[in-house]
Amino acid sequence: MNTHIIGYHTTRFGELWEKSLFDLVEESIIGVLKDAKCDIKEIDAIFFGNMLGGVLENNLHAGAKIADIFGLTIPIFRTEAACASGGIALHLAHEYIKNQPGKTVLVVGAEKMTDVQPEIITQGLMSAASGEEQESGLTFPGLYALMARVYMKQFRYERKHLATVAVKNHAHGILNPTAHFRRAITIEQALKSSIVADPLGLLDCSPVSDGAAALIITSDDARSKKSKSISILSSQTATDSISLLQRKSLIELKATQIAAKKAYIEAQITPDRINIAEVHDCFTIAELFAMEDLGFWKKGEAGKRASQFETLLENKGPLIVNTSGGLKASGHPVGATGIKQVGELYLQLTGQADKRQISNARYGLAHNVGGSGGTAVVTIVGV
Amino acid sequence: MKTGIQSYGFYIPQYRIRIADIAHAWGKNAKEIEASLGVVEKAVATAAEDSLTMSYESSSMAMIKNKTKIEALFFGTESPVYAVNPSSTILGELLNIGNHYLAYDTQFACKAATGAIISGLALVESDQIESALIVASDKATGKPHDALEYTAASGSVSVVVGKKNPILEVEGWSSYSSDTPDFWRREGLKYPSHGGRFTGKPSYFKHINGSVQTVLKKTNLNPKDFTYAVFHMPNGKFPIQIATQLGFSQKQIEKSLIVSQLGNSYTASALMGLVATLEYVNPRERILFASYGSGAGSDAFVFRATKEIEKKRQPFAKKMNEKKYVDYSTYLKYMRII
Repeated sequence: MNTHIIGYHTTRFGELWEKSLFDLVEESIIGVLKDAKCDIKEIDAIFFGNMLGGVLENNLHAGAKIADIFGLTIPIFRTEAACASGGIALHLAHEYIKNQPGKTVLVVGAEKMTDVQPEIITQGLMSAASGEEQESGLTFPGLYALMARVYMKQFRYERKHLATVAVKNHAHGILNPTAHFRRAITIEQALKSSIVADPLGLLDCSPVSDGAAALIITSDDARSKKSKSISILSSQTATDSISLLQRKSLIELKATQIAAKKAYIEAQITPDRINIAEVHDCFTIAELFAMEDLGFWKKGEAGKRASQFETLLENKGPLIVNTSGGLKASGHPVGATGIKQVGELYLQLTGQADKRQISNARYGLAHNVGGSGGTAVVTIVGV
Repeated sequence: MKTGIQSYGFYIPQYRIRIADIAHAWGKNAKEIEASLGVVEKAVATAAEDSLTMSYESSSMAMIKNKTKIEALFFGTESPVYAVNPSSTILGELLNIGNHYLAYDTQFACKAATGAIISGLALVESDQIESALIVASDKATGKPHDALEYTAASGSVSVVVGKKNPILEVEGWSSYSSDTPDFWRREGLKYPSHGGRFTGKPSYFKHINGSVQTVLKKTNLNPKDFTYAVFHMPNGKFPIQIATQLGFSQKQIEKSLIVSQLGNSYTASALMGLVATLEYVNPRERILFASYGSGAGSDAFVFRATKEIEKKRQPFAKKMNEKKYVDYSTYLKYMRII
């Protein structure tokens, strides 16, 4: 049984120093209730995606904190799967109501990252990596750089092929009023940016951001007709080894491939029917992997096809990718990202994406990854 | 006659380190760092110098032209030589100003001394004392490989405030303060911490904007009434940006922008910009001056030069250009990091 998304709201993403984690949660929940013209009393449960509240702020038991803000007694669950925390929250919300007609739940993802120093946030994010990777001093830029090196060597690509992903996503970010970065960058600027972990430069990396995003989903068909709505045709998740050491291949994410395969089967569509996708570009190399692992492009083709800007909005191709700006330009408040991705599809499929609106989109796909590929969530929506 | 600054002195250590040398030590792109901070070199105190020795140098210069009785001595620093034991009394002893003076040390990041100037002015205006010596001195250091390492520098400025023949009259002042923890050093720790970009918009820019807008309103003046403006200089970019935001021109601030050559000497930084400007100011010209201290606050002053400036002017540019360079390892030794 399908469930329906009937509302979406996101805060601005960026350095929001004047707002706490739960200020952001509150703002996004109030926003989504207003968007869906829904009263909080109509909500049967809340799913909250958040990774770092416990690590950085000693801030857990989030369910009761959200209950406290709104005076609630309904079930509230917190999900954590690193950068896929939001995607997992949506997946569980969908599972929770899909066989229970007449239920309406709220899914919110939030992260507060910019109040701490870079070394603290880097260490906090590395809690999502294996013990060996942590002990060896690796960081996520380092892990993705290792994968990028293998990919570039095998398919004879250069840094400029990676940079095209950042250039495209920044071009989209300009059109998104809630994006962290709203400025164009060039390939030359990307290539000249400071090296973070060779071959990844600063402009190959998504930023550390604050932000929250929320969706309301319902299994009540009558309720869905009262609002602009889209259907969740499938939400699937898969896992893989946490450590790169255990992987058979460093040029693909198996969790993405498995989740995508299951999602296409459940939604009964093929990749070529997807018109719009929000994929997990935590680093430029990650978008190249995503395009291949989700079945849009063949293995090894992504560097070449990305360089032709096939998925850039203004090129009006059959598949447009990351109109929100992706993680790179829209920002990456990790718990919010998976919700924002599906929210962007909601805006596009309901004709509310304003300057970045694509035409005649029928199917959308969101792809959210935790860590270096230990978790992946693939969600397919349609109208 | 209005109350104001009667005389001043400054001390710039003779050694410099090039920002490029620090960048090379850490494998960083020197050109990128110089461009992003607007600083090419910074002043380095030797291992034999500290905030107290430098304060003696700047105060001695200020006292040469002073004929009044110092009845208050305030010492602003964030690198005191003792955690407990006042620098103000040691300096008072070294300057031989007797024992009948009010002494205390002040702490408020980079604006520790400008708050003390306001206290000194108040004591003078209320005829409690004849004059006060206020010192701003720092041997500032950043943790190796931290962004602060490229700018934290050494220097000292002293001013005597009183009513007798001031060189700068104070036409008005205003303070703007809030609990904004953008930069701090906890008890027992050697190096400060900071909030990266948080030190900008909600901190430096918000507070200076608050103090300057208020003082302009209080004095019924606007930017074009000033010949010069001086803003605290944590780097070479912030003072240019705040000047633009407030409606001051590049020409009005250019004489004060010594941070590119001297770095940020913390409590002495803004005042160093002021004394650099005093080399050029003419009688009756106005200077807008605003400090900034993390934590956070800003003190803004409207100064107006008198004809006394001609008698008490100190050559600044010449002193600034008397310099020798040290390499990174010597710098670490001088700063007692190794």
